[in-house]
Amino acid sequence: MDSSAYISFDNVVFSRSDRRILDGVSLQIPRGKVTAIMGPSGTGKTTLLRLIGGQLKPDSGTIMVAGQDVPHLKRKALYALREKMGMLFQTGALFTDLNVYENVAFPLREHTQLPEDMIRDIVLMKLEAVGLRGARDLMPAELSGGMTRRVALARSIALDPELIMYDEPFTGQDPIAMGVLIKLIRDLNSSMGLTSVLVSHDVPESLSICHYACIIADGKVIGEGTPEQLRDHPSERVQQFLGGQPDGPVPFHYPVADVAADFGVKGEWFSG
Amino acid sequence: MDKIAALGRQGLAVIASFGRSGRFLFGVLSGVPRPITGFPLLVQQLYFVGVLSLAIVVVSGLFIGMVLALQGYTILSDFGSESAIGQMIALTLVRELGPVVTALLFAGRAGSALTAEIGLMKATEQLSSMEMMGVDPLRRVVAPRLWAGFIAMPVLAVIFTVVGIWGGMLVGVEWLGVFDGAYWGNMQSSVDFVDDVLNGLLKSVVFGFVCAWIAVYQGYDCIPTSAGISSATTKTVVYSSLAVLGLDFVLTAVMFGDF
Repeated sequence: MDSSAYISFDNVVFSRSDRRILDGVSLQIPRGKVTAIMGPSGTGKTTLLRLIGGQLKPDSGTIMVAGQDVPHLKRKALYALREKMGMLFQTGALFTDLNVYENVAFPLREHTQLPEDMIRDIVLMKLEAVGLRGARDLMPAELSGGMTRRVALARSIALDPELIMYDEPFTGQDPIAMGVLIKLIRDLNSSMGLTSVLVSHDVPESLSICHYACIIADGKVIGEGTPEQLRDHPSERVQQFLGGQPDGPVPFHYPVADVAADFGVKGEWFSG
Repeated sequence: MDKIAALGRQGLAVIASFGRSGRFLFGVLSGVPRPITGFPLLVQQLYFVGVLSLAIVVVSGLFIGMVLALQGYTILSDFGSESAIGQMIALTLVRELGPVVTALLFAGRAGSALTAEIGLMKATEQLSSMEMMGVDPLRRVVAPRLWAGFIAMPVLAVIFTVVGIWGGMLVGVEWLGVFDGAYWGNMQSSVDFVDDVLNGLLKSVVFGFVCAWIAVYQGYDCIPTSAGISSATTKTVVYSSLAVLGLDFVLTAVMFGDF
C-alpha cells in the first residue's frame, strides 16, 4: 500500500496455546487518521494492539510500525518506540497508589529530566484537555469509570505520542461519558495530528468517529473500508455484525453435538 | 502410561518455572540502577517491607525469648546449671531461631503482600500499561521490592534476636531469679562473633534473597485473576517456608557441621 500507512500488518499469524487467534491478517493503518478495528468479542482485537506494542510476538508475518519491524526490535529500540505510543487500556490501568496528578506525571518523570514546574504545567494542560484539571488531587479509587478513562487518556498523551491506541474505550460507559470520549478522541486526533487506532465492538460509536474501519472475525479481516463503504458491504457477515442480528453466518449456537444426541432422545422429536 | 506422561509434563513445568524465574531474576538485576529515581522507591519499599514488619517481628521475638527461658530453666535446673540459660538462649537465637523464624514471619507478612500487590497490578493491567509507556516494570516495580526484601531481612533478624535475648532475660533473670552476671557472662564467653553472629547473619541474608525472589516472582508470574492471585499468594508462603527450612538445614550443615 502507499507510504502513508503508519502501521502495516502483513499476513500475521498468532496463536495462543492451541488456539489460532489471528490467522493471516493483513491490514494498513493510515497516518494521522482514526482507524477503527471492530469485531465480535474474543476475536483477537486486543491481541492486535499488543502486537503493535510489541508485548506479544507473532508466529509469522511482519508488523511494521513507523517504519520499524516491531517483532524483531531489540529491547532498547522497542522501549524507545513505545515512548511514541500511547495506549488507553480497557480498565484505564491507572496506578492505584498514585493520585491523578502523579499518574499523568509518571511518564514525564520516567522519560524526561524536566524541572518540576514544567512537569506541573504539562500535567495541568493534559488534564485540562480531558476536562479534569479540577480532579488532580483525587485518587483513582475516587473516580468514576468515565473519569478513569479520561485520566488514563491524559496520561497516555503526556509525552505527545505519534500513535494512540484505544482498547474498547466505550465499554460500560454511560451515554454522557461515551459522548465525552467520542469528542475527545476526535479532538485529539485533529488537534495533535495523532494516528489513532480504536478497537471496539460498539458499532455506531466507532463508525461515527473513524475515517477508516476494518472488521475482524475468526482471525481474518472480513471487511474494510470507510464507514460508507462498510455500510454497503456485500458480505453477509459484515452486515450481520453491523446490524447486530443474533443469527446468521456467525451462528447463534456455539459448535455442539446434535440436540437429539445430547438429550438422548430420538431424532424425530425435533424434526417436525 | 498416562500417569508417567503426566508426571513428565509436571516435571517439565517445574523446570520451565525455574527457568522463567531465573530469567526474571536476571531481568530484574541486570538493569543499571538509577540512583535519583531508584533510591526514593527503595526507601518507600523498605518502609512497607521492613518497618511495617517490625511489630510482628518484635512481638514474636519477645515471646520466643521468654518461652526459651522458661523451657531452658526447667531443663537446665535438673542439672543444676540454670546459669547457662543465657548461653543457651543466645546461641539458639543467633544461630537458628533468629534467621529462620524471622524469615517465616517475613514470608507470611511481607512476602504475601508483595505477591498480592504485584499480582493485582498485573491483573489490573498496570504492569502492561507501564510497559506500553516504555517503562520496564521489572526495574520500576519489581527491583525496588526485591532489594528491599534483601536488605530488610537481616536487619529484622538482628532485631528479632536482640529482642529475644532481652525477653529471655526478663523471664530468666527478673522472674526466675538467675543471677544476671551469669546470664550475660556465659553469653559473652560462649557466643563467637564470626562463627555464630556472622553465620547467623549470612543465613538471614540468604533467606532474605530467596523469600523476596519467590514473592516478587510469584506475583509477576501469576495468572491475572482472583483465583490466580490467591494461589500465587499461597505459593509464596508455602514455597518460601519450605525453601527457608530446607536451606537452613544445608547452611547449618555447612556452617556448624564439622564434627
